[in-house]
Amino acid sequence: MRFHFDISYRDSHSLLRYRAGQLAYAVLVLALLVAPWLLPKYYVGEMSYVFIMCIASLGLMVLVGYTGQVSLGHAAFLAIGAYTHTWLLAQGVPLLLSMGLAASFTAAIGLVIGLPAIRVSGLYLAMVTLAFAILTEHTIGHWDSVTGGFSGLSVGKPLLLGFDLSALRPFYYLCLAVLVLVLLGLVNLMRSQTGRAFRGVRDSEAAAFSLGIWVAGYKVLAFVLSALVMGLAGALLAHHVRFLSPEGFALILSLELVLMVTIGGLGSLRGAIFGAILISMLPTFISRIKPMLPEQISRQFGLEIFVFGLVLALFVLFEPKGINGRWIKFKTFLETFPLYRQDMFKRGKTYMKSERYK
Amino acid sequence: MSADIAQVLQLAINGMAIGAIYALVALGLVLTYKATEVLNFAHGDVLMASSFVGWGLIVGLGWPFWLAALATVAIAAALRWLIDARVMRVIVGQPQFAGVMLTIAIAFMLRGLVSMSFGPESRTYPTPWTNQKTQLGTLVIADLSLVIIAAAMLITLVLFWFLRKTALGVAIQAASQNQLAAYLNGIRVKRLTSMVWAISGGIAAVCGLLLAPIALVDIGLWIVVLKALAAVVLGGFGSIPGAILGGLLLGVIEQFAGVYLPDGFKDAMAYLVLIGVLILWPRGLLGEAHGRRV
Repeated sequence: MRFHFDISYRDSHSLLRYRAGQLAYAVLVLALLVAPWLLPKYYVGEMSYVFIMCIASLGLMVLVGYTGQVSLGHAAFLAIGAYTHTWLLAQGVPLLLSMGLAASFTAAIGLVIGLPAIRVSGLYLAMVTLAFAILTEHTIGHWDSVTGGFSGLSVGKPLLLGFDLSALRPFYYLCLAVLVLVLLGLVNLMRSQTGRAFRGVRDSEAAAFSLGIWVAGYKVLAFVLSALVMGLAGALLAHHVRFLSPEGFALILSLELVLMVTIGGLGSLRGAIFGAILISMLPTFISRIKPMLPEQISRQFGLEIFVFGLVLALFVLFEPKGINGRWIKFKTFLETFPLYRQDMFKRGKTYMKSERYK
Repeated sequence: MSADIAQVLQLAINGMAIGAIYALVALGLVLTYKATEVLNFAHGDVLMASSFVGWGLIVGLGWPFWLAALATVAIAAALRWLIDARVMRVIVGQPQFAGVMLTIAIAFMLRGLVSMSFGPESRTYPTPWTNQKTQLGTLVIADLSLVIIAAAMLITLVLFWFLRKTALGVAIQAASQNQLAAYLNGIRVKRLTSMVWAISGGIAAVCGLLLAPIALVDIGLWIVVLKALAAVVLGGFGSIPGAILGGLLLGVIEQFAGVYLPDGFKDAMAYLVLIGVLILWPRGLLGEAHGRRV
């Protein structure tokens, strides 16, 4: 059992309160820093991809998990970020400036999409963003002069102060650095006034409004913030794939992103990371176990999407709070060891919030 | 001049044929939405799967078309009954987002299963109307288009009669308006909900069977559900006549966009309509003026 004692104001503000937590994160950071020197090369590239997906998943979590606005088309923002970054690099803009500009431009597009999104909510918003993603894919495909159309566009090398970061290890550290920055920024933002306002808007718009929270403003802000982070992730993704084509940002990527935040656990940044790790490692994992399966199943390529669907369905049915919810239960079990009760996290009865007008 | 009119008429007829499919898919979406407030993203995959089952029965087993069609509709309806009774019911009472995610999960699983059991190649099967044409004045119309329009009208009329005139249909309407009140009046709400899902599945199977001869039996067939979403929105969300009207209109709009607008607009048109209508005119054509409760 652990008891909470605050002996200074700083105690209640600090990100990591306990020695155990500080130690655990220190070990994690150390492990991530030395990992590229110990792991086989293939996994170093794979982990960079996982980091990029973590950034993207964090971006979507701000929108879906914290303000409750469901977007089924966030791959569009990834695409916009990636293409803008590539175009800027080709114009000779330095790497970091180009990443910043790409993120800002994506945020501007997020503003344009977010403004009408005040008018629609729930399912309607999901549909609007879905359509937006498909339209973005179409636009990229048909706007040959800038995007290279369906034949694609190759991405310039990431040069930072003359160093080429495109090799596996430097790129790994670049992704890790951006991820840590984004994560720290969002963790602090989400526990600030802004984050509390986001959660208020998610839980009850009416209550938030009557408390003086500018609901529309915060909804749009969430969109902009989410698009900004997506733009960053997109810029990194461009360097990871090295060759952009509209098919790389198809609808399935948007759905994978939503899968990440749902499976991870809505409303927690840790969940976004968990979900991103699970979903982006899943294809690798499936291709690993394929040789062990009967030949009849393993040679079929529908297996991957089937497993995606199965994992998602199991989580929605049996653990709606996602991996993070499971993690919290496990932690509580350890912390309260002999006193843990089975029904500690039992879901209360909820009634469907009907959109019907009665 | 008359050539122009003939072209316009021809486009309108072609658009109506594809629009009739959109209308039927949209109808299936609206039915389940009204009954359970779940927007069924798996609808398109049931449609796709049933076109594969139809192909398997007609080409694989050599069944006659009508028998295979009946069997396919029955299989799709049974599948949808099971999905509602065994899967969707578990998450009743959870936020709408859970329903969206669960139907997406079911869609993924269906898509994976179909591609694992049939393989990814496109294929086609013969129907009694393949390659037959009817001459109407200067217009040449494929018989298949006529059959599609007729089937859409027939299904709509039967459904209309069923929902308005039979006791079961009225019970379904009651259950979709207020589940508790309907239950207190002795209506078996759970069973009726599953029945609505089954009916919508049967309609999806008909769409799949009719769409496949035009567009090939292919995994990508599920995409029609996105077009149908645009149709639902255009017609007014949650309105059955609106879904039909929206579907037909959308089909015609697409055909005209393909001819009179630059390359690439035909495929994007449905989504432009979706976004435009939702933002500028959320009520749609026949939608109820809907407010939201706090």
